[in-house]
Amino acid sequence: MTEQTTRLVLPSHIEAVADAAAAATDFVHNCGIGEDAAFGIDMAVREAVTNAMVHGNNEDEAKIVEVTLNCMGHELEIEVKDQGEGFDPTTVPDPTDPENILKTSGRGIFLMRTFMDDVQWSTRPEGGTTVRMVKKF
Amino acid sequence: MAELNIRERQAGDITVLDMDGRITIGEGSVALRSAIRRLLEEGKKNILLNLAGVGYIDSSGIGELVSSYTAINKEGGQLKLLSLTQKLQDLLTITKLLTVFDAYETESDALSNFKGA
Repeated sequence: MTEQTTRLVLPSHIEAVADAAAAATDFVHNCGIGEDAAFGIDMAVREAVTNAMVHGNNEDEAKIVEVTLNCMGHELEIEVKDQGEGFDPTTVPDPTDPENILKTSGRGIFLMRTFMDDVQWSTRPEGGTTVRMVKKF
Repeated sequence: MAELNIRERQAGDITVLDMDGRITIGEGSVALRSAIRRLLEEGKKNILLNLAGVGYIDSSGIGELVSSYTAINKEGGQLKLLSLTQKLQDLLTITKLLTVFDAYETESDALSNFKGA
């Protein structure tokens, strides 16, 4: 069974989100993932990379975001690492609750969880947050 | 080519924005925000967003739609959506925002549902 891996290192500026998404789209296509799942994966990558750049690295261009895509069998694993202070996903309120529905932000994590089968955050001992997302196809 | 192209036209006192491209963090979201802000400054408060040409929107773009909605409501105006693509409709459904926005399939339906139209 062939394993494919791609690693991207991106500066923390918003224009690079599209670069990450484009690379992920190519990778996902080469893994043989269908269009519907590919749409959701593209969305999850965009949201994870945006969070890493904006909330993790505070758009400090000296800090990088590292994206690793791995495809093995019928499972795609994506890791996005930032160099921020750490992140607790339980502090993000449910954007679909009536009291949050008109908030202008806070939907990225919800969309990542919607489109991926598993999403986990961890803080690395040396600092920075890693979000690991898995999609089975 | 710009990430989001916006063309403006009038249908009576309703301003229709025909949008083509992506509403994502950065250029696309900023283009939508600027267009809505300018219309409100010009006193154009009844706005129909034709999203037929918008194939992609991220959480920032969704946030910008919500921001547009609240800004227009605050000014006593109305915002309605026209011709959502299936993917955009799915996104607004899972985020429960279709319970907030008025969305229409045809322009005539949308225009006739503006209060005072």
